[in-house]
Amino acid sequence: MSAELALIGPILAAMLAAATPLLFAALGELVVEKSGVLNLGVEGMMLVGAVCGFAVAVQTGSSTLGFVAGAAAGAGMAALFGVLTLLLLANQVATGLALTLFGVGLSALIGQGFVGIPIADVPELYIPGLTDLPVIGKALFGQDALVYLALAAVPAVHWFLYATRKGLILRAVGENHAAAHALGYKVIRIRFLAVLFGGAMSGMAGAFLSLDYTPMWAEGISSGRGWIALALVVFATWKPGRVLLGAWLFGGVTIAQLHVQGLGIDIPSQLLSMLPYLATVVVLVVISRDVARIRLNAPASLGKVFHPDA
Amino acid sequence: MGKALMGLATGAAMLALGVGAADAQEKMKVGFVYVGPISDHGYSYQHDQGRLAVEKELGDKVTTTFVENVPEGADAERVIEQLASSGHKLIFTTSFGFMNPTLKVAQRHPDVKFEHATGYKRSANVATYSARFYEARTVIGQIAGKMTKSNIIGYIGSFPIPEVVSGINAFTIAMREVNPKAEVRVVWVNSWYDPGKEAEAAKALIDQGADVISLHTDSPAAIQVAQERGLWVFGQSSDMTRFGPKAHLTAIVDDWREYYVNRVKAALDGSWKSQDTWGGFKDHMLFLAPYNPALPADVVAAAEKTRTDIMEGKRHSFQGPVKDQSGKVVIAEGKQATDEQILKMDWYVEGVQGKVPK
Amino acid sequence: MTLLRLEPRGEASRAMVYATPLLAVALTLASGFLLFWAMGFDPVKALHAFFIAPLLSLRGLGELAVKATPLVLCAIGLAIGFRANVWNIGAEGQLTLGAITGGGLALAFYGEGGWWLLPLMIVAGMAGGALWAAIPAFLRVRFNASEILTSLMLNYVALHLLNYLMHGPYRDPDGFAFPESRLFEADAVLPLLVAGTRVHLGSLFALLAVAAGWFLMARTFIGFQIKVIGLTPTAAGYAGFNQKKIIWLTLLLSGALAGLAGLGEVAGPIGQMNPTISPGYGYTAIIVAFLGRLHPVGILLAGFLMALSFIGGEAAQIALGLPKAITGVFQGMLLFFLLATDVLIRYRVRFGAKGIVGRAAA
Repeated sequence: MSAELALIGPILAAMLAAATPLLFAALGELVVEKSGVLNLGVEGMMLVGAVCGFAVAVQTGSSTLGFVAGAAAGAGMAALFGVLTLLLLANQVATGLALTLFGVGLSALIGQGFVGIPIADVPELYIPGLTDLPVIGKALFGQDALVYLALAAVPAVHWFLYATRKGLILRAVGENHAAAHALGYKVIRIRFLAVLFGGAMSGMAGAFLSLDYTPMWAEGISSGRGWIALALVVFATWKPGRVLLGAWLFGGVTIAQLHVQGLGIDIPSQLLSMLPYLATVVVLVVISRDVARIRLNAPASLGKVFHPDA
Repeated sequence: MGKALMGLATGAAMLALGVGAADAQEKMKVGFVYVGPISDHGYSYQHDQGRLAVEKELGDKVTTTFVENVPEGADAERVIEQLASSGHKLIFTTSFGFMNPTLKVAQRHPDVKFEHATGYKRSANVATYSARFYEARTVIGQIAGKMTKSNIIGYIGSFPIPEVVSGINAFTIAMREVNPKAEVRVVWVNSWYDPGKEAEAAKALIDQGADVISLHTDSPAAIQVAQERGLWVFGQSSDMTRFGPKAHLTAIVDDWREYYVNRVKAALDGSWKSQDTWGGFKDHMLFLAPYNPALPADVVAAAEKTRTDIMEGKRHSFQGPVKDQSGKVVIAEGKQATDEQILKMDWYVEGVQGKVPK
Repeated sequence: MTLLRLEPRGEASRAMVYATPLLAVALTLASGFLLFWAMGFDPVKALHAFFIAPLLSLRGLGELAVKATPLVLCAIGLAIGFRANVWNIGAEGQLTLGAITGGGLALAFYGEGGWWLLPLMIVAGMAGGALWAAIPAFLRVRFNASEILTSLMLNYVALHLLNYLMHGPYRDPDGFAFPESRLFEADAVLPLLVAGTRVHLGSLFALLAVAAGWFLMARTFIGFQIKVIGLTPTAAGYAGFNQKKIIWLTLLLSGALAGLAGLGEVAGPIGQMNPTISPGYGYTAIIVAFLGRLHPVGILLAGFLMALSFIGGEAAQIALGLPKAITGVFQGMLLFFLLATDVLIRYRVRFGAKGIVGRAAA
């Protein structure tokens, strides 16, 4: 049994890494949704972020610049979404989905010259003593810097939303844009900034994939992680801390099922592959039973079109 | 654009005159249908290398067209039909899921020749072809058996189809021959191309003690993981050395160039006929990427001997006695697995952990 | 923002309802022209290959109908749900389940079929899709779990379930263990409607769904309830409309239509079970629903437009060697223009600084 116990550390470490792109993207989308906007284009923004980040890293040799470029590219895609939905009042659901379709094509187009090029990945952290701790050392103190950045974003987003005046305004805009407008807040500007932030975070999620997790560019490299991130926001009932739990749960079950297979436990792999999705549904059901709490957290104006003169 | 003009011109000439008498040296159009993007640097990429070889060698007699990312559902038939009805005289459909759509279109176009990869249904104008990938897995299995210290080999599988399962078995048989203590652990990722998941699978296998990774998926993600962890790995479909120069021992490379050129030539000179081709090392349908310089000379020499023995027919990947996991002899002593046994393989040999998902 | 602003119209402009799609198409053509030109392709030929060539033959028109059929079927059901604020994004999974249940019957009665098999498959396909949609409905009504998330997650579960079946019970016993089923027998295949094409009975079902969807929403009390709940949930509560009933109804209905779409694929153009039944029809249908402004007739047109953009992309690849990636970019542009020009229906574009009138109205 001790062989299985010794796997706990590596499973934790792999889980943290697997959760990272989900965290980036879901936290970004959470802020967007808190401002009352639903952007379903996460997958598309992730892909464009991934390819632009990779391209810049290849050209400049710097993964830091690549990461910044990924964020910028994600924000650029989000700006497109913002112009369409906030200024031209296009339907948010359809625009978001179209953004994904567009992003899949655009990233493939940009990426044509960058297939099959290897780059060095972001080095992992090593803290003498701590990283060498048994079982949890590698998991807690031996990850890539970006993993910690994503973790740090959780309290940062929470603090911004619930402890700052700007966060309060953003939430007010998401709750009731008419009232916020009447109070003199610039609803469209605030939402646009939130959308840009969400895009940048999605771009970072993509860049994490192409620069660090699997340092390469491949068409469709995000493989549906953008959708999972979207689901995690609902799962988390718009609470940053719960996004973390959801991302860990999803990442953890994903990694664990691979280990179950490797150990030769006789369950069909296709059924094991369902587990992360089923686990997410089950936990959602458990936390959703408290109706009042969900109502409190869901932004009331989510997805609704705002026009100052309407 | 030249192609389009040519197509328009052909169509117009055929309509107006019945034959393009003025331009007797009409180039033949050859079509290719790929399931993935040609930029996958794996399966579809290798098929496209074959197409480029045709262009290079026979460019004065043929023009080629390809359609990439074709889903294996209802869309496949339309794409193949479009190629057939737009004047393509020879069409390569390069994925198993294109089998029935290819046959349906072929029935409507008896004057067009079709080549379907990895399938088993043929007709007068549909030929099939595939490569004996398992031959190469015998060679790398032997290398793995010699290079492992932990005696645990990780194997990343895409889908439990016979091609993959027979590969696992050929690998394991050769591995156990040189190292009876070694065992193979299989993780199925249920995808041909998902770099993230392949990397996660590689990490999981390594964390469980594997020190050599073999894969039957198409992305180089596992190569990168092995490089980072300082372990060994084999590439798949194409040479993946540059993704992990230290870790990459060798790779099984698909090579369709010679076959495609020959078949196009046959179509040009009228000798083309429907047939089944299942080629191995000796037919140049696959080869091994350059060995890692870190491999000991005796390991390389043994591997080369295995490869040439297979090429010359002196060695078979499934030479009896072969036992399944329960210890039952499935291929008797002195016998070899028949092609049909290999093509239908859905059981593991001794030395593989777990069960084939069914 | 200050130079250009939008002023609400008193009521939606009838003229703009018809003018905006034309404007969007014109903008798409113009930017497509630039895009193809910038990529080094002959823009006129590319646009011709994209939009005209597929419409020039009977077979091409037939393919358009074949491709639009599952999109329209799914989108009609989704749109009815969206009207009631029921966000089913699980059409992909429901479609897959419809194929699994309906197609499963074709395999179960292989060699023993009769005239009764096809109707039974159709019922089973619709039931399978409805059953899959019943899960999010139950979880929403009973546990208040968001149907957005549960229906999305179930898409992945359905795909893995299909994969599992294709590697086990469903696979062709004589198929060399490849993950494909036997070819359906004649009794289990939807009849063709137009000779020389692949247009099958499913396309007729899609048209029926359009008509029935219109009737339901425009002429029945249930349709009225759906609209009221969607627009003003509180008013619906006062009126005593049963919200739970509407959730159940819309999800089951959209699930059944998606299931029918899935069955139509396997019993229609595919003619067997395989692991890749849908190239994302369930997701594309969401775009189609909104592009059609959640109106059945609009959805029919939007379904054809989306189908044309897919088929045109293939045609352009074959005729001109246009890479697949450009197709996606071009499709995205088309959708952006369609969505963006919608604004003109309800708003006027005004130039100049914000007027005092606008402020006062707020």
